[in-house]
Amino acid sequence: MSDTPVLFEPRLKRRRRIARWSQGVFATSALIGVAFLAVLLFRVIVDGGSWVSWKFITNPPSDLDPNNCGAMSALFGTLWLIAMTAATSVPIGIAAAVYLEEYAPNNRLTRFIHVNISNLAGVPSIVYGILGLALFVRWLGFGRSVLAGALTLSLLILPVIIIASREALRAVPKSFRLAAYALGASRWQTVWAHVLPPALPGIMTGIILALSRALGEAAPLIMLGALTYVRFAPHSPMDPFTAMPVQIYNWCDRPDPEFQSLAAAGILVLLGVLLPLNALAVAVRVLHERRKAW
Amino acid sequence: MLSIATTFGILWVLAADSFAFFRQVSPIEFFFGTRWAPNLEPRSFGVLPLVSGTLLIAGGALMVALPVSLGSALFLSEYAPPWVRNSLKPTLEILAGIPTVVYGYFALMFITPHVLRPLFPNTEVFNGASAAIVVGIMIIPTIASLCDDAFRAVPRHLREAAFALSATRFEVTTRIVFPAAVSGIVASVLLAFARAIGETMAVALAAGMTPKLTLNPLESMQTLTGYIVQISMGDTPAGSLEYLTIFACGMTLFIMTLGVNLIAQRVMARFREAYE
Repeated sequence: MSDTPVLFEPRLKRRRRIARWSQGVFATSALIGVAFLAVLLFRVIVDGGSWVSWKFITNPPSDLDPNNCGAMSALFGTLWLIAMTAATSVPIGIAAAVYLEEYAPNNRLTRFIHVNISNLAGVPSIVYGILGLALFVRWLGFGRSVLAGALTLSLLILPVIIIASREALRAVPKSFRLAAYALGASRWQTVWAHVLPPALPGIMTGIILALSRALGEAAPLIMLGALTYVRFAPHSPMDPFTAMPVQIYNWCDRPDPEFQSLAAAGILVLLGVLLPLNALAVAVRVLHERRKAW
Repeated sequence: MLSIATTFGILWVLAADSFAFFRQVSPIEFFFGTRWAPNLEPRSFGVLPLVSGTLLIAGGALMVALPVSLGSALFLSEYAPPWVRNSLKPTLEILAGIPTVVYGYFALMFITPHVLRPLFPNTEVFNGASAAIVVGIMIIPTIASLCDDAFRAVPRHLREAAFALSATRFEVTTRIVFPAAVSGIVASVLLAFARAIGETMAVALAAGMTPKLTLNPLESMQTLTGYIVQISMGDTPAGSLEYLTIFACGMTLFIMTLGVNLIAQRVMARFREAYE
């Protein structure tokens, strides 16, 4: 017999053509996201590129004169916020993850906490803003201060840090722990010297991504009243503040085109910090995958 | 533990002040009223226009995101060679790392004037469609990366069995991989939907500030989150009725997102197919 009989579905040519087309369609849809990213960056650079200058970074914001308007107080506000958010959320987040993964007994309460944390990660950021407004601003009397803002952002990113750290800890093979115990290490020595170090890159990735989320977050800060017009950088945790995303929102919301260009300039500065941070997180992850000892 | 404290903190804060709100406005008026006008006389507190705006924008976002992200995920897991995959996936993840206020700017400055206006000349400056489009773009990475995980969890031997029966790659993808991963797909879509409901800054910038019950995406509309932002930007005295509406709206929002998230977790837990 010279040619193989096609027994089941005779329209093989058509089926192969569909398969070829489908590849094109799926590839195109994957490229839509990339194209959107490119257009977005291009637009922002065109709109705001010429507005980014030393003056923009060092001048305080102005309501009247867009040409001398800057983002100094917002930049410093963001720096303060991130420093304080990191100082509170990173130690608590890692400690909680270590406890849950290495110490906690597997009982009903622990399981409830797990479900709870993943639900918290899905709560909209603005709801955290409402919580911060009622709890920190009014009830604890911190006022509309950097401290209240940083604590609110900490609550917001804690679930993210805890989940990422737990996954990193879980990825460390059990044999590491057993080997340490076999040599007489205590539980704390085991965790500190043999489980945390290999988990560190994963934890770092989670922390970087969580902090960059906090950097771009505007909604909860607006709830706290960060939008009030602030000309000066904060000098203490109790000072009022504004932050880059909030300032960008403020500028976007104005009708005059100059202020909208300022918004684009602000976005450029913000993305100039965020995109390298994201790249760093990806780089840490990739290096870690390559170097994995197990 | 802190997480439980946070949950109860949120619940307690929302419940306490919502209760204060409902002492002044009947829940029946709040949940079934069709007019939202907390500042204008005669006042009226029907939350339905805000809920409909929220759902319309979140639903529109899903319609934008679903085909694109499913296609992307199928391409990444079934078609792309490793080097394409390793460069494409981080690029898509950048989309998730861009602050939402940037998407709002983009909707206002680009989507509405340069995309929607030329197609539909009667588009309003603030409109639901532009918000839905950017929120859709925003949730692409969420759906795409969760679906990609779900597709990759489908064991290799199922695919190879199909290939051995001379199925084409398209047939393997649509008839073997897709059905096997369907619970992961549903769960990722629900999680993305919850995110779209809670999305704030892009919607507050692009959708406008007029709460109305409409199905026309080219009109200006307001969402729950947009309203909360609007009120907290003004100087509303604590304890006033407007101030309390924040908590009632926050409560509604919290319940909606929590409900969707819980359903997503159920779906994932119940329909997870075990291949081990």
